[in-house]
Amino acid sequence: MIRNGPVALLFHAVFIGFMLAPLVLVCVVSFTDRAFLSLPSWPPSLRWYHALAENADFIRAFRTSLWLGLASATLAVVLSVPAAMAIARHPARGAEPVRAFLLSPLLVPHVVLGVAFLRFFSGAGINGTFVALLVAHVLIILPYALQLVLAAAYGVDPRLGQAAVSLGAQPLQVFRRVTLPLLMPGIASGWLLAFLHSFDELTMTVFLADPGTTTLPVRLYLHIEETIDPLVTAASSLLIIGALVLMALLDRLYGLDRLLAGKGR
Amino acid sequence: MTTTWRFWLLSGPALTFYALVLLVPLGLTALLSLQTADPATGAGAPLGLHNYAEVLSDSYFLEIFVRTLALALVTTIACLLLGVPEAIILHRMRAPWRGLFLLVILGPLLIAVVVRTLGWALVFGPQGVLGAAGVALGWSREPVSLMYTSAGVTIALVHVLVPFMVVAVWAALQRGDAQAEHAAASLGAGGFTIFRRILLPRIVPGIASGSVVVFSLAATAFATPAIIGGRRLKVAATAAQDEFLATLNWPLGAAIAVILLVGNLGILLAYDRLVKRRFAESFR
Repeated sequence: MIRNGPVALLFHAVFIGFMLAPLVLVCVVSFTDRAFLSLPSWPPSLRWYHALAENADFIRAFRTSLWLGLASATLAVVLSVPAAMAIARHPARGAEPVRAFLLSPLLVPHVVLGVAFLRFFSGAGINGTFVALLVAHVLIILPYALQLVLAAAYGVDPRLGQAAVSLGAQPLQVFRRVTLPLLMPGIASGWLLAFLHSFDELTMTVFLADPGTTTLPVRLYLHIEETIDPLVTAASSLLIIGALVLMALLDRLYGLDRLLAGKGR
Repeated sequence: MTTTWRFWLLSGPALTFYALVLLVPLGLTALLSLQTADPATGAGAPLGLHNYAEVLSDSYFLEIFVRTLALALVTTIACLLLGVPEAIILHRMRAPWRGLFLLVILGPLLIAVVVRTLGWALVFGPQGVLGAAGVALGWSREPVSLMYTSAGVTIALVHVLVPFMVVAVWAALQRGDAQAEHAAASLGAGGFTIFRRILLPRIVPGIASGSVVVFSLAATAFATPAIIGGRRLKVAATAAQDEFLATLNWPLGAAIAVILLVGNLGILLAYDRLVKRRFAESFR
């Protein structure tokens, strides 16, 4: 085993410090009792968390983001499962271009999608509505859901389905009783990853949200543009904690290294 | 039921959705970029390439595009210098540590970019940690602020994007035979020889794919340049947003968006053609 020397370990320590420092700083500052950005004194104060709990704008934005994430992740999975079955289990000619096309939103910068949807939804007279946000979010998170469902679909042994058929099962029965349970880990982690991407999306949503449908990242961004105060650090700390919880869940379900390292473009 | 029939029936809903919600809006945007801004109706005839001519000849927009490319290039180089050694260090770590630190490095990818950038705004700001540290250590009399500077935007972008580089190089290292390094060491090869003869050939495809991902995301980034760079330091993405939401010159904003899209797809497809084909065996 080739070991890391002292220089390598020092580099590693600095690198990890660089990765964690800004996130830790956000959490630390959020416990201040002052009215401006400052390091907290002992004992830590929950002043800004109380302020956050009473801030109607942030609460509404959180609720919008939550519903948007739940609905768009579910729709993305509902569209992904049959598409993944088609590509992995019934590949016809044209399966490869279809797969590439369905993953292609990953290649389009979100600012371009924001521009395109703003034009599209204004033309249709629905810009700023929840439905418009929902449609846009489903499009950008579908590739993430599809990748994980697809990986699961490739892993299903076709002989299991054949065995069910030979025992007299109808095609729909085979799907519901055999294939779907086998796809479940992929579906669950695909749903979670899609939810996270919807919940975190800012660039495209900035173009589409109106004051009634502002999502949490957009609310944070608009607040930061005006002033950076301890209130945004409190909201951000909660987002960091939320991400950590979902991360642990994804790690259990799928393995975080496999999820992030195997993604590729 | 034939396979072909099943295939199109099952993928039909997703394909219809994409045609309606991806192709139509992008097509309308391309059309919009050819129209002329009109205070009364927003956009209308005459059609032409005049918005592209304006964006590509006006020194204000040229400066923005040059700045965007320069920021993306410097960010990519910095990610290479930090991410490649870190990936090799991770690769040489023992079992529990390797997984733990991989999680620490990749985990931030799941945290919203606004939140990650906010951390740097706290570091760089006028009352920020960096300025205070500079004064305390006697580097400067006035607190230095990196807000609204290219250096600040670059550092924050590197923080946001370096996980992609680490993961690409790390994945490339995983594909090789771990025993090759030991064999080389047992045959008397030094550290540098092992790097040059064994590790480097293995990680080149990872370096290529990591660089392309980082460059493409840096060149099209919005949140980080918008928060750290502000209005004083515009890049292509923030300029497009400005044309749409502040200046209200939609055709011009659409032209910037189309240039951004075509440039981005061009880089990704060129990578696909040139690099993937050349290193075809490493991608299997």
